[in-house]
Amino acid sequence: MADLKITALHKYYGTVHAVRGIDLEIPAGEFTVLVGQSGCGKSTLLRTIAGLEDADQGSIEIGGETVNHLPPRNRDIAMVFQNYALYPYMKVFDNIAFGLRSRKTPKDEIGPKVSAAANMLGITHLLDRYPRQLSGGQRQRVAIGRAIVRNARLYLFDEPLSNLDAQLRDEMRGEIKRLHQELGKTMIYVTHDQIEAMTMADRIVLLRDGNIEQAGAPLDLFERPATKYVAGFLGSPSMNFIPGRLTAEDGELAVRLEDGPAFALPPDRAANLAHRRDQAVILGLRPEHMTRAHPGDSRGGLVRYIATIDLQQPTGSRTYATFQLGGAAVTAELQAHDATGINQKIELAIDMNRAVLIDPSTEKVI
Amino acid sequence: MTVQQRARVRTVLRLAGASAITLLFVFPIYWLFMISFKTPEEIYSFPPKWYPARIHFDNYAVLFRDGDAVTVWNSLVVAGVSTVIAMFLGTICAYSLARFRTGGEHLANWIISQRMIPPIAVVFPIFLLFVWLHLVDTYIGIIILYTAFNLPYVIWMMRGYILDIPKALEESALVDGCTRWQVIWKVVFPMCRAGLFATAIFTFVFAWNDFLFALVLTRTEATTYTVQITHYFGGQSNFWAKISAMSVLGTLPIFIAVAFMQRYLVRGISLGAVKG
Repeated sequence: MADLKITALHKYYGTVHAVRGIDLEIPAGEFTVLVGQSGCGKSTLLRTIAGLEDADQGSIEIGGETVNHLPPRNRDIAMVFQNYALYPYMKVFDNIAFGLRSRKTPKDEIGPKVSAAANMLGITHLLDRYPRQLSGGQRQRVAIGRAIVRNARLYLFDEPLSNLDAQLRDEMRGEIKRLHQELGKTMIYVTHDQIEAMTMADRIVLLRDGNIEQAGAPLDLFERPATKYVAGFLGSPSMNFIPGRLTAEDGELAVRLEDGPAFALPPDRAANLAHRRDQAVILGLRPEHMTRAHPGDSRGGLVRYIATIDLQQPTGSRTYATFQLGGAAVTAELQAHDATGINQKIELAIDMNRAVLIDPSTEKVI
Repeated sequence: MTVQQRARVRTVLRLAGASAITLLFVFPIYWLFMISFKTPEEIYSFPPKWYPARIHFDNYAVLFRDGDAVTVWNSLVVAGVSTVIAMFLGTICAYSLARFRTGGEHLANWIISQRMIPPIAVVFPIFLLFVWLHLVDTYIGIIILYTAFNLPYVIWMMRGYILDIPKALEESALVDGCTRWQVIWKVVFPMCRAGLFATAIFTFVFAWNDFLFALVLTRTEATTYTVQITHYFGGQSNFWAKISAMSVLGTLPIFIAVAFMQRYLVRGISLGAVKG
């Protein structure tokens, strides 16, 4: 049974239509990440699930029960906030115990439960301190402790890591994922960070302008994006988009770039797209699907292109090389030592099996 | 002069200046206290005596014997009760204004504008109203009036303190099992404790020091000490001994309150001045 079922949910702030008819089902035990740019409605959606905002239309069911009319305390949820929301006048122990006490948990159960939660998060030695005596990472652990100490049906995370520095963020990402595996609870996690979404989610729900743009397993979204927006949102560096047209070149279907070469499509893809001949398309190429060409590599679907590198950005393990292709600046992700240097020519092998073709009029992937 | 010597001279000069200013401000209070311990002869002696030959409490004893001291009790009751009521009502009004935007943008401004009305402009209409309601010279009457007059101040101040509390703290409590009332009790009150105390002290001091309303709206039963003092200014002579003793009784509670709550007072006044 679904732990959360949202049907045709709408939310307005004055004249702003923040959530526009969202339908979503989240099965028990799943880690779902709501991701999107700021203002896409992801936090509003989470807060509406929590009951901190009222739904204007539609229904929210938690564990089979419609909760639209219920206050947050009766929705069987626990929530972690972006700025930790710890009570500064309470010690860590009391902060974690707050929810248990509010819910009239018997006194002799509170101590062991707090200890267990603190133990899980490695903050046992901090129980006697005040929040102001803790670092950002420790505070966030306490905030998570306060949520997991309660046996809630649904755990909500509202951008919990965005106030932490990069290294700590990586660490906490793993920590939260581990907690999910240990607790097996249904968790909904809001972030604008596509790396957090990709690494943590069982399922990503990508929101745009108050609608679900696409939902699915992280690799599904990454490899089979439904729209140009999804294709561009996931992946870093993001996908390159180059305008072109489907044409027949020497009897083969190819993408002819507006200002440049034509790349032949692999036969199986060409067969599916034959009916679109002479139509405009946008060619989407992920940086990692362009590599330095090696002589003798004649796999099907590989096309070759000699590029002149404009910009080179080594990251250590990889090097990002930017060049002009079909009137667009395109970035390829090469092996660290494959880049030849600025203004130097390099022969690239582009994997057209992995290329994405987009209809420019609908921005949908074809 | 070496740098160290110059620094020392500067410190000495600074201390001397500060001491002189302190003396200037403390002297009237010192004089008030001294008069209250003097005999009539000492009070009127010339040249003035800087301190009494012997501390004696006759001036106070008279106030208690004649029953005049009960007016201090009256002040304590009306100021204390009106402060408690104004703080309670004002804080929940402020919460409503701050969190639910009750009354939109301008209600809060309108409320504080009520505090700016000159008391003298409304005291006589209020007097007529109180006569009609049989509230003149009653505790209830004067308590209602002080509460009404202090409410705008409390609402305005507390609204500011509440707006400074991160909303997520309250939301977290709501999710964790609290009702709105519990949120106010368990989160809002502790978070703005310093502000609560500071506001309460100012509210109390307003009621405690009020003279005009008490003069017009009390007779004998609910007379406050401020009005009582005026009874000692006579056409023929002034009872300086009683005036000073009553003034000391009237000053003491404020001294005690401020001394005990100085910590909160300073924090409360400066709270929100610097965004953390």
